[in-house]
Amino acid sequence: MQHLPILPILIPMLAAVVMLLPPLSHSIDRHRLFAVPVMLLLVVSSALLLLKCHHNGGQMYVLGGWQPPFGIVLVADRLSALMVLLTSVLGLGAQLYACAGDDKEGMYFHPLFMFQIMGVNGAFLTGDIFNLFVFFEVLLIASYALLIHGGGKQKTKANVHYVVLNLVGSSIFLFALGTLYGTVGSLNIEDMANKVPLLGEQEQSLAKAGGLLLLVVFGLKAALLPLHFWLPKTYAAASAPVAALFAIMTKVGVYSILRVHTTIFGEGAGALADITIPWLWPLALLTVAFGAVGVLASPSLRLTTSNLVVVSVGSLLLAVAMQREAATSAALYYMLHSTLITGALFLLSDIIGKQRGKAEDRYVIAREMKHAKVIGIAFFIAALTVVGMPPLSGFVGKVLILQAAQGMQEMVWVWPVVLLAGLASLVALSRAGTTIFWRAAGGDGGNEDRVSPLKFIAVALLLFMSPLLVIFGGPVTHYTQLAAVQLHERGPQTEVTLPQEGANEY
Amino acid sequence: MEAIYAFCVGILTTCGFFLVLRGRTFTVVIGLTLLSYAVNLFLFASGRLKLNGAAVLGQSAEYSDPLPQALVLTAIVIGFAMTAFVVILAMRSRADQGNDHVDGNPPEQLPKYSAKDKRGN
Repeated sequence: MQHLPILPILIPMLAAVVMLLPPLSHSIDRHRLFAVPVMLLLVVSSALLLLKCHHNGGQMYVLGGWQPPFGIVLVADRLSALMVLLTSVLGLGAQLYACAGDDKEGMYFHPLFMFQIMGVNGAFLTGDIFNLFVFFEVLLIASYALLIHGGGKQKTKANVHYVVLNLVGSSIFLFALGTLYGTVGSLNIEDMANKVPLLGEQEQSLAKAGGLLLLVVFGLKAALLPLHFWLPKTYAAASAPVAALFAIMTKVGVYSILRVHTTIFGEGAGALADITIPWLWPLALLTVAFGAVGVLASPSLRLTTSNLVVVSVGSLLLAVAMQREAATSAALYYMLHSTLITGALFLLSDIIGKQRGKAEDRYVIAREMKHAKVIGIAFFIAALTVVGMPPLSGFVGKVLILQAAQGMQEMVWVWPVVLLAGLASLVALSRAGTTIFWRAAGGDGGNEDRVSPLKFIAVALLLFMSPLLVIFGGPVTHYTQLAAVQLHERGPQTEVTLPQEGANEY
Repeated sequence: MEAIYAFCVGILTTCGFFLVLRGRTFTVVIGLTLLSYAVNLFLFASGRLKLNGAAVLGQSAEYSDPLPQALVLTAIVIGFAMTAFVVILAMRSRADQGNDHVDGNPPEQLPKYSAKDKRGN
């Protein structure tokens, strides 16, 4: 139990390495048989970690027993444990879907998938920003290879943009780290948070530059407005399970903004408190607005879904910009909901696209689908959730965000933008649904392969999380509130992170 | 020393960004390489520049900060891996699209060589 915090990184890493070695290396069936139990194990260990963090607030894992802030530490607090569990569940869904056939299109799908999950989990668990960079690179290099999985002109084209942009992003990340290390003298997040308020006047402007450079990098990963243009095409080009897994990648950016700019440059940072907020407000609002325009303008279901990702990132960053506990708690709830549901929508649009022959998932008249009823019901549920209609989790998430904005000056902006974006999504998805399911010409393509039940199971698994989030809304929001309090109040968190006697003796 | 060092990092970064903004994958890759060199030098300098300072405690009266050196080492390894990947990707994209333009289709009114390039494929 003591080693729980490192398991979400170790399990996928070891699994990926094992899959590259002889008895498993050249058989896709063995890969599948090995990868699914590993993923279940990962879900179980993340759930245990979450329970543990819920009870005692979190744990610091000192790698190699080196005294922080000099050594490398992993920090599992309530927020990171929640994100790790979210990754595992989404990963399980995407992987089950891939096992139905998409993993055969290229080499080494499962090892790469594991490496990507390792990178994402590592980014959530790490306690210092240089390791955040390292885990970013791990998840990025796996994502480069996964994005091109299956090959084809479209994917190569999208990948060139994606890789070049992210490499420039990594360079900027390192520049920011160098600036911060040069001024603050530490890279451990908790240590930096303690040192930033003590900076001299000359160093403050340098540290501010470093902090804002970090915002640029995280904004690029999260698809914040001026840096979001790569996202729709990239996600639409990726194969379905990869796109579904990528739904977590933008959230890694949001998480990093939340972590770095709340802990290090948060309220307690003296002269450097809240340096990013004046930037974050307008950019997040514009992200939602442009995402909504993109949703309306998309000619295919995948592009619509990709733009819905942009909208959800914008809403999340709005909540982050509010810098209050209620808003952070709402953001965490909304993050759970939007990640799982956009993942499910990516999988669904792939099923739809494969059923409609040449029309794929574009909004044109095409032949009838074979499983129109089942797919239709799934699509209806997913659309209702993602738009934010009452009984499902999207509604709760949006209400929480709107409630958190209440009584702020910015409410005048937040409410109309978020609500109108919801309306735009509703219009776009109704149009999508009517075209895809009702405007069919000719009979179904009789000789076509049936959809593998595994695909439906994967989609159902992800969709089912939405009612669960509503039914267990009480405990979930209680947990997100505790996590938000832990993030905002520096006191209790310092307790977790600074070494207790005996804590680093393993 | 500081002035020359800062000048070099600045020049490398400027050239890197200029080349990254070009339209063809080859120049973009060169630009990324220059950028990563600039980044490594910059990281190295973040522990302050010092002459004759060993990075080990107790070995000399003045010691230099060992952490940036560790960071640079990691950054170099990652940078090389990424550069290798982007070179292979550029070749793949050249093969898939039939040209080396980043967008996949070079604008028509470019100088002669681009037109020839296109016919060649």
